[in-house]
Amino acid sequence: MDIVTLFNLEDLLICAVILVAALGAVLHRNLLAAVVFAGVVSLAVSYLFLRLSAPDVAMTEAAIGAGITTVIFLIAVRRTEEVEREEP
Amino acid sequence: MKQIVAVVALATLAILLWQLAPIAMPSGLGVVAQHYAEHGVQDNRGANLVTSVVVNYRGFDTLGEVTVLFLSVSGAAFVLRRRTGLEVHEPRRASEIVRTGARLLFAPIVLFGTYIFVHGHLTPGGGFQGGAVVASGVLLLLLANKDHPLPHGFLSWTESLSGLGFVAAGLAGLWAGGSFLANRGILPLGTWNQLFSAGVIPVIYTFVGLKVGSELATLLDVMMHAADEEVHQ
Repeated sequence: MDIVTLFNLEDLLICAVILVAALGAVLHRNLLAAVVFAGVVSLAVSYLFLRLSAPDVAMTEAAIGAGITTVIFLIAVRRTEEVEREEP
Repeated sequence: MKQIVAVVALATLAILLWQLAPIAMPSGLGVVAQHYAEHGVQDNRGANLVTSVVVNYRGFDTLGEVTVLFLSVSGAAFVLRRRTGLEVHEPRRASEIVRTGARLLFAPIVLFGTYIFVHGHLTPGGGFQGGAVVASGVLLLLLANKDHPLPHGFLSWTESLSGLGFVAAGLAGLWAGGSFLANRGILPLGTWNQLFSAGVIPVIYTFVGLKVGSELATLLDVMMHAADEEVHQ
């Protein structure tokens, strides 16, 4: 299976979104923003799962990855500090 | 130094993954997958083959997953348990629109989650997805009013009874069909693609949905209230 037949232009765009959002999640100093970036990664990945004919996995990823996990992380961030400290 | 180590580790991982890629992307179905694809429909009469695999062929793994989820929720509830006697600061209330909207949307969201896990053997989705949707309905209530009273007794009874129900369905399979979680001889398999079909699979997936939904709802409630206390201490 060739990668060009598997992915059309939109899918590659979604892949780019995943990469950018993942970098944002890792690099952003504001943890609230980082959590939202991680949620965007999950949402975009769930679209990819759908495109790869795995609707069951896509639903799990959207409901648990983008929904519940994001909320749990947000609550945890609220409990701690919102901005990551510089490493000593 | 730390960055150099990170770069080297990433490069090693990339090389390893690159070499694994041809193994991870086989050209056809494996032997086991081939068996599931060919025999799934006549074994279980489930329209959604994924559910047949998750609940029947790999049902024991699903029981393990549900147990892991249960343990993690109990662990979170134990660590973050509510301490009494603290002065509770009056939280800022959500607006009237949010509160009314949450009350209005709660029932449709729970209904939709229920639909997902009841139709797990027919359409994509199942216990885990439906349970997560039900829990997101509860989350909406908690977001609108953090002190919304949740029926804790009801939730823990639902959780325990559905876990027991899962095991009981597995034992019924052992008794009637000869192996744990066997889908033979308990309930009629019915006609393919009907709501009441696929034998014991929808029953088990309903138990999984109820269990996951009540567990996640409890987890969210525990997290929300644990967050408060730290802030107001």
